Amino acid sequence: MNEQRQIRFWVIVFVLCGSSITVLLAVFAIQDYIDHFYLPDEVVQGLAPYDRTIRAGGFVVLNSIKHSEDELSVEFQLTDMKDSTFLVRYTGLLPSLFREGQGTTVKGKLGVDGVFRAREVNAKHDENYVPPELKTLTE
Amino acid sequence: MIPELGHLLAIFGWTAALGVLVSGFWGGYRHSEAWVALSIRLAKLQFVVLASSFVLLIVSFLHDDFSVLYVANNSNQLLPWYYKISAVWGAHEGSFLLWTLVAATWTHLVANRAQHIPLDIHGYVLGSLGFINFLFLAFLITASNPFERLVPNTPINGVDLNPLLQDFALIIHPPMLYIGYVGFAVAFSFGVAGLLTGKLDSAWARWLRPWVNYAWAFLTVGIALGSWWAYYELGWGGWWFWDPVENASLLPWLAGAALIHSLAATEKRGAYKNWTVLLAILTFSLSLVGAFLVRSGILTSVHAFAVDAQRGLVLLGILTVVSGAGLILFALRASTLRSRLEYWGISRELLLLINNVLLTITVATVLLGTLYPIGYEWFTDGEKISIGSQYFNAFFIPIMLVLSFFLALAPISQWKTTPLKKFQKCFVFLGFAALVALILPWVLANTFYVGATIGIALGLFVLITHVNSLLKRRKSLHLGFVGMCIAHLGFAIALIGVAVTSVYSYSVDGRLAIGDSLDVSGRSYELQSVQTIEARNYLAERAEFVVGNRITVYPERRFYPIRAMQTTEAAIRPVLFRDLYVTLGKPMDNGTWGVRIQEKLLIRWVWFGALIMAIAAVLACSDKRYRRLSKRDLSQYSRT
Amino acid sequence: MISNTLRLRLLFALPIVGIGVVIFILAIGLRGGNHTVHPSTLIAKPFPSFEAPKLIDNELTNHEELLGEARLINVWASWCVACRSEHAVIQDIAAFNLISVVGINYKDQRVDALDWLTELGNPYDYTIVDLDGTLGVDLGVYGAPETFLVDSKGYIRYKHIGALTDKVWEGEILPLIEDLD
Repeated sequence: MNEQRQIRFWVIVFVLCGSSITVLLAVFAIQDYIDHFYLPDEVVQGLAPYDRTIRAGGFVVLNSIKHSEDELSVEFQLTDMKDSTFLVRYTGLLPSLFREGQGTTVKGKLGVDGVFRAREVNAKHDENYVPPELKTLTE
Repeated sequence: MIPELGHLLAIFGWTAALGVLVSGFWGGYRHSEAWVALSIRLAKLQFVVLASSFVLLIVSFLHDDFSVLYVANNSNQLLPWYYKISAVWGAHEGSFLLWTLVAATWTHLVANRAQHIPLDIHGYVLGSLGFINFLFLAFLITASNPFERLVPNTPINGVDLNPLLQDFALIIHPPMLYIGYVGFAVAFSFGVAGLLTGKLDSAWARWLRPWVNYAWAFLTVGIALGSWWAYYELGWGGWWFWDPVENASLLPWLAGAALIHSLAATEKRGAYKNWTVLLAILTFSLSLVGAFLVRSGILTSVHAFAVDAQRGLVLLGILTVVSGAGLILFALRASTLRSRLEYWGISRELLLLINNVLLTITVATVLLGTLYPIGYEWFTDGEKISIGSQYFNAFFIPIMLVLSFFLALAPISQWKTTPLKKFQKCFVFLGFAALVALILPWVLANTFYVGATIGIALGLFVLITHVNSLLKRRKSLHLGFVGMCIAHLGFAIALIGVAVTSVYSYSVDGRLAIGDSLDVSGRSYELQSVQTIEARNYLAERAEFVVGNRITVYPERRFYPIRAMQTTEAAIRPVLFRDLYVTLGKPMDNGTWGVRIQEKLLIRWVWFGALIMAIAAVLACSDKRYRRLSKRDLSQYSRT
Repeated sequence: MISNTLRLRLLFALPIVGIGVVIFILAIGLRGGNHTVHPSTLIAKPFPSFEAPKLIDNELTNHEELLGEARLINVWASWCVACRSEHAVIQDIAAFNLISVVGINYKDQRVDALDWLTELGNPYDYTIVDLDGTLGVDLGVYGAPETFLVDSKGYIRYKHIGALTDKVWEGEILPLIEDLD
């Protein structure tokens, strides 16, 4: 019986140590997977880092969407509706809800030329929806 | 009149819930047959009243009663009748009414189908369920009344149901999820009753197991449907995004899976009693966390409801009260419980322990990733971040692979102790599975991915050991064992599906004029024509693609004028082992169209596997031995 | 010296701490961001409050001036191509004298807008200047042209996205105006 208790003790110790190590690992590792979010003025003022995967957002400037002649690439501008506007370049199919005037978030890398090269463009919501990240812009 | 009657019935249901709460607890406390009988009757009343209230909301929708704010905001005259019905749970208020109806249904079922359990446990379980629905209904009638009127400015027409929700899978997805979420309230209540009475033993576990299995099965189907919907409706071919709202449903699912397994050990060996009852409480708490995440509007998500923070506060209050009460009770009573576990060796108990540890770690890492952005924003004073799906994959996938290795040993293992030589054959199986997994990619695709190969190998390993055990024991099979094996086979199928589809899928974006074609993995996709069509409540551009000269598919872009919303209807065609997936993009200046063409290998296995798991969970608790044993248990305790 | 049972009890109280942390994080999530999502509908919602100058005389106006009679509110801009073709329809509607037509000049240059009205004619009782598009955001506008029907109490009863046509006017807006009376 005593031996059983001992085994039991070690099993519990092992389980607790193992799981806390994994969870701690997750706590530390998660920092590498953070995607920061930047508003247009932060992008324009250079507060957003270059060449790192980040997210940014703004409202699509009216008449700013320009498709290229032959490829699938597209350019458009995102604005905070004040005085900051930046250019986004994206190759691929735009989501169906993407349109001018709509609040949109993009994920990708900001180049040193100030052009945001998007890997993902998100516009998943109906026309009255503003992504929570952009909420401060409309207040 | 009808909306007011509906609201009145909801209030009536709330008082009925209060009645269930009081009579249940009092009856349990006093061992009073009369009080428990009253509780049973009130549970039935609560169910009938809430069902009527729900029907009245459906009637308001079918009558296009736009004087009801909720109807005006979520329906339209032109909506087909079946979407008018599903629009009832298309947004927060109506879906919460459904939520309370589901809670009342579970309560009613527990009241009537659990007559074989001791009186005090029965009373306490009902009281606890009454308590939970009492809180839900208080929230419904004060802060989320779906029957609120819009007078005198009654609109002529409603603003339509969100087109993304006008879909078959989305008609049944929320009810399935709610049945699962709320079903865990039964587990929670059994936990409370077990702690209060001190009768936390094998019999207790036996009474609880079927309820957990049913709830988990529904949740599984709900999650699979949601994933399937995202796959074909959002139009981008993704089927899991680690979206916070998806995580909200995955957390109770993982905890529920852990609970199913620890209940097995508690029932068969009287082991891990404390842990099992804690899991029962935590699983339901995670359901409430999920409900909060979806309904409070603190998260960005496709699926989240648009709700204000005030309501979030109330939901948070419910979460605090319910899980707080459960956990305080646990802290006070659980230390007096003794688990009876004499042997620690290579045994089924040990495998179940490993299962629970791994699933709990998974819950912790997923929870961390889901809540981290919220904490980060507060800590850094407003810096907004999101956690990429890579984080979740980096933890979830390895843990699941380790889990599936131990899972493969499950059918061979025995209670108490298992002779090591029984596992010898396993290594042969594992070697064989690894060999097949190594050869298969070269035959199929000529490319090789380590992660996918490990996934396929372990999936095959699980398949082989379970089929082998089923064949070996075919003379003396019982449903409990068969159910377990089939559930594990479902897991293996889903695992192989995930492993294969994650890497052996192809996606090409292109820009096509009429008559152009695009080649994807040896198949040509030719754009034949694009036509404009006018449907009842939308306009569409429909393209015709001919794939490999034989198959024709029709992807669409739809425009819903009432909400001014553009949606993508991808054309999906399953052919042998793969889905052909064509999405039509925007028209370009010079008569060309943006298109995305994808081929998804084994994608259907993911949902098929999930479905098998759900069916198996139901199958396992239909085992006749349960009813026999449950009856015997009762005779031991005697009902009064 | 803590007794064994007490130590055990404290151990069993640990889950409370865990769920407490989760609830705390959820609570700051609620408090931190007032993330109320924009309402999914503006129909039968009051016209948002605003204060902005009128185009011609630069006089300040606000939502209260809209009250008292039903209005057809048309969002336009000189840079907007579709508005040009729509303009004839608006002029016809204004000529009917059935309803007061008010313009919102959306994210435009004052000089361009005035030139536009001089060139094409001015059907609007008055035009509200929405220079930075804030009123547009409150209204849920995502482009020009767009048209709203607002009743005498200031509630939005109808919204049309894109250029107005005779068909939309006769088939949808006119019956609504008749209903309002």
